[in-house]
Amino acid sequence: MFLFAAAAAPLLPDWVVSLVTIAFANGLVVLGLVVLWRAGLVSFGQALYYCIGAYAVALTARWTGFTDAFALVVIGGVAAGLVAVLIGFLLARYREIFFAMLSLALSMILYGVLVKTESLGSTDGFSVATPTFFGYAPHREALGLALYWLTLGVDAIGAVLIGVYFRSVAGALAAPIRDNEIRVEFLGVSVTSIIHTKVVVAGILGGLGGALAALAIGHVDPNMAYWTTSGGFVFVTILAGAGSVAAAFVGSLVFEGVRSFAFDVMPQLWQMTLGSVLLLTILFLPDGLGSVVARLKRRGEAKS
Amino acid sequence: MLTASAILTDGLVYAAYLFIVAIGLTLIFGVMKILNVAHGSFYAFGAYGAATAVGIYTNGDWPAAAGFLFMILMGMAVGLVLGIILERGILRLVYGKDEVIIVLVTYAVFLILEDVIVLIWGPQSYAAYQPMVSAGNTEIGELVLSNYDIVLVAIAALLAGLAYWALKFTRYGRLLTTVIFDRETAAAFGVNVTLVYTATFIIGAMLGALGGAVMAPKIAVTLGIGVEVIVLAFAVVAIGGMGSIEGALVGALIVGICRAAAVHLVPQIELFVIYGVMALVLVVRPYGLFVRAQPRKI
Repeated sequence: MFLFAAAAAPLLPDWVVSLVTIAFANGLVVLGLVVLWRAGLVSFGQALYYCIGAYAVALTARWTGFTDAFALVVIGGVAAGLVAVLIGFLLARYREIFFAMLSLALSMILYGVLVKTESLGSTDGFSVATPTFFGYAPHREALGLALYWLTLGVDAIGAVLIGVYFRSVAGALAAPIRDNEIRVEFLGVSVTSIIHTKVVVAGILGGLGGALAALAIGHVDPNMAYWTTSGGFVFVTILAGAGSVAAAFVGSLVFEGVRSFAFDVMPQLWQMTLGSVLLLTILFLPDGLGSVVARLKRRGEAKS
Repeated sequence: MLTASAILTDGLVYAAYLFIVAIGLTLIFGVMKILNVAHGSFYAFGAYGAATAVGIYTNGDWPAAAGFLFMILMGMAVGLVLGIILERGILRLVYGKDEVIIVLVTYAVFLILEDVIVLIWGPQSYAAYQPMVSAGNTEIGELVLSNYDIVLVAIAALLAGLAYWALKFTRYGRLLTTVIFDRETAAAFGVNVTLVYTATFIIGAMLGALGGAVMAPKIAVTLGIGVEVIVLAFAVVAIGGMGSIEGALVGALIVGICRAAAVHLVPQIELFVIYGVMALVLVVRPYGLFVRAQPRKI
């Protein structure tokens, strides 16, 4: 899927390329939420890591003048990952609504700090320096394409690694934890440390997504940490379902598509469109869009 | 000294506002285990309804007290209608699903209602300052207090008392307590849980709208006022303990005083302090200050 998308890029108009770049950057954040969701956890504050990744990139470029895109993305991921390690000690003790609420509070703290920090542009944020790629410094369309390929590359690596993680023991324990944590503890496994790992994995993915988004948009602002941003990510997670890794990216693409379409066609009613889509998904496709694919596949197997 | 008393009064007024908004949220969570994101919409609808009411009565030549009452009733009527539609139309369909899924359902409802506001009231903002101005000011020493703020604190106190009385001494309140304690056992003893749910949700919606209605004269009623209220009310409820009325009261006081202190002493941390306090409380008491321990179910 990624190879196909990468090859198709030069044929696509610019606006599609930038839309897909953003969608796939956000797809990484959603993938992080899928990791948590498989264990029954929903973070209403994933924008925290998204924002940290974005600001880490923007600040590094601003303070050191260092603009290599590959290194910046890694820095974004590492920064968010480190924060996730720290926060994880706290968050891993919580479940259900409380997990969601506490992560929400943490992201709102970051939002509050950023809004009040005037040296970082307060609510306006500031621009991100134009990235370079190992010394290659493209402009305009070429830059868009380069970022597009970078995003696809990071996504592909992330998708493969997370796929491996899902098949590992720690990954496979997600569903049992969701069903009955105490029984998992009786197996001699520490649920807290597994959840801590998941928080960190999701944090790193969030940071990577934020870093890519910052480069693609060329601007960062505190709204990246606001709870509605997190809400958007959770939205896509539910839309996509936790069935597979690919679903996260497809879901993100569908979301960005629906959003720009709704924004274009009925600018007054795009929130209503999104809300209705979410509501209908929950009511009629409780396992997300991914479940439709799985169901079709099963039906195909049943016939043959 | 002046700063101290200013912090105290400002904090109290802010706490009153927070409590009025949070009590509906905590009530719905306590009974139905629904974290209602659409509570922000109730607030916004209440505020818009109140602004409309203020527009009507300032055009006609009404006495101020009647106008104030009309404004509140209008806000609560909007909440009533909205509550009935949501509970019967949507939430009824998703009872029994995961708590987190229901949060998302209310989030979807919130998104939809944001645009319904635009459809009904249009994108422009409304001013409804008349009740606030006509109430006048009171001076205590050097401190100037708006009478409207005093009324606000009184309303919050009244609500707290009313909620306490209703829960402890009325038939409905006792039924409610049994449902909060154990839904299934209550149903087995013949309590009509569905009815209790519907009633609770409608009352919660009316309380949220009431919050918007009484705040309308103090703010510009404009798009997006519901967004911030949600997280504020969440913070208050999380500090006090989800589903606990006295918790909401204490949480509102803590957040109100802390924020007022921040505004007067270190304005840079105003936004930060609310969620900072919340995180701090949750670190020490994971489930809030006033929550009874849950038995582990295997």
